[in-house]
Amino acid sequence: MTVLSISDRPTGADVLIALSDVSKSYRRGAQIVPVLSRLTFDIRRKEFLALMGPSGSGKSTMLNLIAGIDSPDHGSITVGGEDITLLPEAELADWRAANVGFIFQFYNLMPVLTALENVELPLTLTSLGRRDRRDRAQLALSLVGLSDRVKHLPSELSGGQQQRVAIARAIVTDPTVLVADEPTGDLDRQSAKEVLEIMQRLNRDMGKTIVMVTHDHRAAAHAKRIMNLEKGDLSYLVEQRLE
Amino acid sequence: MSQWLKLVARNVLRHRLRTSLTLVGLIVAILAFGVLQTVVKTWYAGVDGAVPSRLLTRNAISFTLPLPKSYQKRISAVEGVRRVTHLSWFGGVYKDSKNFFPQFAIDAASYLDMFPELLVPDEVRRAFLSERRGAIVGRKLAKRYGFKPGDVIQLRGTIFPGNWEFVICGVFDGRDPKTDTSQLFFRWDYLNEILRVRSKAQADQVGVFAVDVVSLDSVADVSQAIDEVFRNSLAETLTETERAFQIGFVKQTEAILISIRVVSFVVIFIILAVMANTMAMTARERLREYATLKAIGFSPGYVARLILGESVLIALIGGAIGIALTPPVAARLAELSATLFPTLFVSVNTVMLQALAALVVGILAALLPMRRAARVRIVDGLRALG
Repeated sequence: MTVLSISDRPTGADVLIALSDVSKSYRRGAQIVPVLSRLTFDIRRKEFLALMGPSGSGKSTMLNLIAGIDSPDHGSITVGGEDITLLPEAELADWRAANVGFIFQFYNLMPVLTALENVELPLTLTSLGRRDRRDRAQLALSLVGLSDRVKHLPSELSGGQQQRVAIARAIVTDPTVLVADEPTGDLDRQSAKEVLEIMQRLNRDMGKTIVMVTHDHRAAAHAKRIMNLEKGDLSYLVEQRLE
Repeated sequence: MSQWLKLVARNVLRHRLRTSLTLVGLIVAILAFGVLQTVVKTWYAGVDGAVPSRLLTRNAISFTLPLPKSYQKRISAVEGVRRVTHLSWFGGVYKDSKNFFPQFAIDAASYLDMFPELLVPDEVRRAFLSERRGAIVGRKLAKRYGFKPGDVIQLRGTIFPGNWEFVICGVFDGRDPKTDTSQLFFRWDYLNEILRVRSKAQADQVGVFAVDVVSLDSVADVSQAIDEVFRNSLAETLTETERAFQIGFVKQTEAILISIRVVSFVVIFIILAVMANTMAMTARERLREYATLKAIGFSPGYVARLILGESVLIALIGGAIGIALTPPVAARLAELSATLFPTLFVSVNTVMLQALAALVVGILAALLPMRRAARVRIVDGLRALG
């Protein structure tokens, strides 16, 4: 296990995501609560990074910033060379559609759409024709082992299956990065293992860059790198290298 | 089917009980709105159906006071008058006082000539003109009481004393749905003949003269000229167009009509509040879904349109059913109300108003939830409980 300092950063073409001097705080009533303070670190291409830390340490906030669904108070976030903090809201939505795949703790599938339709949903934002969309959605579902559940509604699937549909939805647009917020937090051990193995496969075989927030050490063990974000000392980042 | 439409349609069916209850409310509201609007319109039907070239001459003090029959000749002599007829309100009771329907004593031949909106078959007209006690009844009235040609019916006079027997000569129809076919017409000469015996003071008098003018341009001059003829007489006249006469009649009940109109809009406002509450509840429950859609790249506008589409779809379904139910319900109401509403004809205007009301309810009910869903920060929406 190696502990890296902030300055010990990957450089050049290796870097996919770069957070530079990022601060974020929330307002709770009249009080301003700092969550991230002048944070600088990079994420490499094809990396599977697990972000760990206690509740309130800011790991989900960091994930949200990387995914472009929240904006920092200060600093820049560059993904694939593009500073997403400079993008206006509409462009940021387009950027997310093209570059980010989301995996949520509670799957967040549309309950009125079938598994296939859920997976197809992000593709409706592209110029693909209906047939191509269907084919891609089928392919994505087959990658997560759910070819036989395409017509099922989320309510007709188990938690693990729903999360696999969510993974298929996340990868169907072939995004630059997958962000996963506690993807196994609502699953039993077996389903969690299956989901993590799929994520591992996506990273290993398809070269997907994955940033995963988790409380679970067993889940984090599937990542290539684990970073701990400590509450109360937001400027201090600990990195554990498992490789 | 586009993804948007698919989501909208399936979301409508998502909470079937809630959607059904909202639909029931909408149907009742749009139906009530349509029926109340129809009632108001029916009240004004006489105004709408008034013939512009027809004038009505009545007693200047009140239309409840009669005019001497002898005025007819003098009115006919006024320049610009083509023909004159008269009618008198009878106000009799058929069997029971709750059986109200309008009855008029008329100069049969001239009246039927001047009111072509009453479609009287030739044989009925001939029978009516040849039977002194003859009467003709409108289709609706005949249906209500089962009157058939040859029937002898008795009316108890309220204005004119005694019992009065009439022989039904036939049934007339209306030229258009607005024509009142709940009336009974009988011969004034029969009325007058009896009055000369029973109540001499009421004889040789009529209620109103109907005057047909030669040219529409001369309507104002002719009315003035008629009233001028009878100035400073014992019974001065007031001549006005049929339309003005009807408006004057309707104006007496204007407060009721305004109340009905207000109630019809209050009903719409109530369903708007109910619908807005439903949509707000729906949108609040789905905040996480909307946030997810926004996270994966859908615009706030798309999310807003999902809510708008759902609200408008529910409103239009409810509106369409409400509109479809309005004519049968109005017809039933007309039947139940006896002759109070001779015709409750649902006009195209009313249907358009109903459709517009449903659409407006659908749009307005969605506005606040749309705004909220479009504006909610993705991170806040993702934290929302589903």
